[in-house]
Amino acid sequence: MAHKILIVDDEPNIVISLEFLMKKEGFEVAVANDGEEALAKVAAFNPDLLLLDVMMPKKSGFEVCEALRADPSRAGLLILMLTAKGRDTEVAKGLAIGADAYVTKPFSTKELVAKVKDMLGVA
Amino acid sequence: MLAGWFVALLSAAYLALLFAVARFGDARADGGRSIISANVYALSLAVYCTSWTFFGSVGRATSGGLSFLTIYLGPTLMLLCVTVIVKMIRISKAYRITSIADFIASRYGKSQLLAGMVTVIAVIGVVPYIALQLKAVAASLDVLFEQSGHAVFFWGLDSTFLIALVLALFTILFGTRHLDATERHEGMVAAVAFESVVKLVAFMAVGLFVTYGMFGGLSDLFGKAMASPELGRLLQHDQARAGTWTSLIVLSGLAIILLPRQFQIIVVENVDESHLKRAVWMFPLYLLLINIFVLPLAIGGLLHFSGQGVNPDTFVLTLPLARGAEALALLAFIGGLSAATGMVIVETIALSTMVCNDLAMPLLLRSRWLQAARRQDLSGLLIGIRRAAIVLILLLGYIYFRAAGEAYALVGIGLISFSAVAQFAPVLFGGMYWKQATHAGATAGLLAGFAVWLYTLLLPSFAKSGWIGSGFVEQGLFGIEWLRAQALFGLSGMDEISHCLWWSMLANIACYVVVSLNSTPDAMEASQAERFVDILRHGRRDADARLWRGKTSLGAVVELLERFLGANRAHQQLAIYAAGRGYADWQTLPADAEFVHFAETELAGAIGSASARVMVSSVVQEEDLGLEEVLDILDEATQVRAYSRELEAKQRELEAATAELRAANERLRELDRMKDDFISTVTHELRTPLTSIRALSEMLHEDPRTELTDRKRFLGIIVNEAERLTRLINQILDMAKLESGRAEWTTGDVDIGEVVRESMDSLGQLFREKGVLLAGDFPEHGPVVQADRDRLMQVMINLLSNAVKFVPGDGGRVRVDVGCQGGLVRVVVSDNGPGLTAEECSVIFEKFRQGGNTLTDKPKGTGLGLPISRQIVEYFGGNLWAESRPGEGACFIFTVPLPAPEK
Repeated sequence: MAHKILIVDDEPNIVISLEFLMKKEGFEVAVANDGEEALAKVAAFNPDLLLLDVMMPKKSGFEVCEALRADPSRAGLLILMLTAKGRDTEVAKGLAIGADAYVTKPFSTKELVAKVKDMLGVA
Repeated sequence: MLAGWFVALLSAAYLALLFAVARFGDARADGGRSIISANVYALSLAVYCTSWTFFGSVGRATSGGLSFLTIYLGPTLMLLCVTVIVKMIRISKAYRITSIADFIASRYGKSQLLAGMVTVIAVIGVVPYIALQLKAVAASLDVLFEQSGHAVFFWGLDSTFLIALVLALFTILFGTRHLDATERHEGMVAAVAFESVVKLVAFMAVGLFVTYGMFGGLSDLFGKAMASPELGRLLQHDQARAGTWTSLIVLSGLAIILLPRQFQIIVVENVDESHLKRAVWMFPLYLLLINIFVLPLAIGGLLHFSGQGVNPDTFVLTLPLARGAEALALLAFIGGLSAATGMVIVETIALSTMVCNDLAMPLLLRSRWLQAARRQDLSGLLIGIRRAAIVLILLLGYIYFRAAGEAYALVGIGLISFSAVAQFAPVLFGGMYWKQATHAGATAGLLAGFAVWLYTLLLPSFAKSGWIGSGFVEQGLFGIEWLRAQALFGLSGMDEISHCLWWSMLANIACYVVVSLNSTPDAMEASQAERFVDILRHGRRDADARLWRGKTSLGAVVELLERFLGANRAHQQLAIYAAGRGYADWQTLPADAEFVHFAETELAGAIGSASARVMVSSVVQEEDLGLEEVLDILDEATQVRAYSRELEAKQRELEAATAELRAANERLRELDRMKDDFISTVTHELRTPLTSIRALSEMLHEDPRTELTDRKRFLGIIVNEAERLTRLINQILDMAKLESGRAEWTTGDVDIGEVVRESMDSLGQLFREKGVLLAGDFPEHGPVVQADRDRLMQVMINLLSNAVKFVPGDGGRVRVDVGCQGGLVRVVVSDNGPGLTAEECSVIFEKFRQGGNTLTDKPKGTGLGLPISRQIVEYFGGNLWAESRPGEGACFIFTVPLPAPEK
């Protein structure tokens, strides 16, 4: 069964590229455009992995991550944070609040795919 | 008619009673259980009320109506200056001041000259006042014996002379009973307080008798007075005399402190500062009580003796006698006697102390006889001098009385004395608060004031008595008009007292201030000034001791004390002092600066500070401290204070500087954070389009088999994002140029109407595509402003494209208005979009902060348009702002100033 990936980003063009990329690798994909929608989609779609943007309206990626990590029933959910803000403090903050990995934009598609596969244990 | 012997016996008995009270007071003082309580102190102040009050107030009320009250209002007001009096008491206690002459002399460098001057002025000024008391007693005796004139003779002697002698004897027994000459006389104070009670009781008894016994009460009296036009005048306040009222209040207010007897009682005899608090209300109360019946007595007397020519000054006695109330008349006589004796005793004691310490001692100290009799105990001599002075002063009073007694009403003499002692006010009060005041200034002020007093008040009074020609009063000195003694420099229309007060105070204060400012004090003066003015500060003792440097032996100083205080008292004081310093035996005391200071203070209590200074320096090898050195030492204390003040100021400065630095640092940090944020934001804004570009192009690059539709779509996105990136970079650069002031401007005449129309035209296509209605209301041409055409266009396009971005696709309306208002062109771009909150209205002008974080798509924009537009408009001196409320559309307004109209 294909792993499920939820893409959370407010930039439509980035969503388009990520969606295309992940679908091409054979993952089942859903999309959310802001933090609140992301939490709703997690409940409904039940993804294995989250590609989570940080700078978003309504709820930032950090807030979404914290909310999910506070929910024990979502313990196995993998979170990969994607951000255009590349400062060390933000990377550290993301990891500290429970993100499994942190990738800065713009990213190499190859590396991103490799990382996602690695995280999901897909060889 | 009363028998002479009975009156004499009664008087003698009364004086004996007084003496007993005084002995009791002294005994208690010697036993260490002082009889002087706050009440006794307050009552003793009533020595102010002499026979002048007792007999004279009634007389004055018969002519001046209510104006007699001024003499009592002044002291009441003066006593309210408690802090001034307390300071005076502190100074006097600390330096064992013996009299007002001593006080003034001590302040100005322990000057024998000043002490002598003050003494002379006081004696000349006060002797008439003593004469007044003798006259009052003599007059009251006359009334009792129904004699006209005052030629009652006992054993061939004039009764007034006898009274003077008896009073002299009595005063000697009172004030100089002690063999040791100290400045305080507790027995005397007790007797004076007792007398105050007697005179109050006597006066009120007569008042009650006349008001309720002879007439039908106050309303009856006043009713009858109002009925008579002559008497009714007395009850009305006379506006024309307001100036007199003022000067009388000032004079009497000063007299309550400056009359030698008042200074003696209030300052020298004070045992506890806190007693003053009681006196502040009790003494005015006393004055009120003793004045209540003055007007009734005056009216009663005038009504009763209408047309009989009875002297109003004797109403207190004649009214009871008229009704045969001899016992009451005797009580009134005793009251009057109390008033007179109280005054004479305290006044002569005070004056004799001044004469002895400040006139006789300086002469004696210079004489060879005293040098020769070095080892002799001089305390007896001191007492002797004082006794002689008492007799002499009373004798002078008697002579004055014989010579001038008939010339004035009682009150006239009193006011002449008041004016004389008022001359002490500037140097006394000035000395307590003004360090720059010098000895030379004080001498000049006193001399000037005294000379004016002499010329404008005392000599004219002599002239009125016919002793000297009255030419200088009527025609002026040497016939010079403006030197007329009671209309100096043409100042007429004042009563003589106000006239004298005005000119003497003017001369006194002017000389005092001007000479003080133009003279340099010597070391002694400077140190005394410091001690007096700063008495209320702590830590003076150190400076006192450090201000003296020299060598002496214990024996020499002790010998000096023994000579002037008497051996017993000297040893007693030494023992107390030694115990205070922790020595078991005074003979082991070191002869150091502190000891010499102690000895000098003790001596000052006996012979005055000026003489004490001379005596101490005779047995001590003193090193003269220069003025500079004294000032240095004094300054040290001042400097420590100044230094600590300076430190405090420095600390405050430092704190302020630190706060400023902190604020600056905070600002810098804020700027740094802003810069950091800016870079981070810029990075974010640049990376976002780059992310799509890279991801999509990588995918296209790696998978050539991508479907054509996808391929087209991706390429479209890549082109768009690349454009966005370009726009962003351009705007960032534009912003940076504007902010750093390196932007290029082409300023010229710009027709706003034209700019608006052109920008509307250029965006017309965009509006039509979205179905948004764009309308405008503005003239075809103008107004014209000085600006950069392209830049204003940029602003307009930015505002219009923002508007079209936010209005709904169909039914959206955008409207442009151009108008002129208050020298400004005002361009308004309004829309019917979702509107902005008040917070958003300001946030949108910050960089990278876009409005419209709504559910709709993220607005296409860089977040730099509005900040750039604002920069541009502000560059031309205008403003750009938004007015909006959520749901009600937004209104963007910018203004550009119109060029100033050419002249």
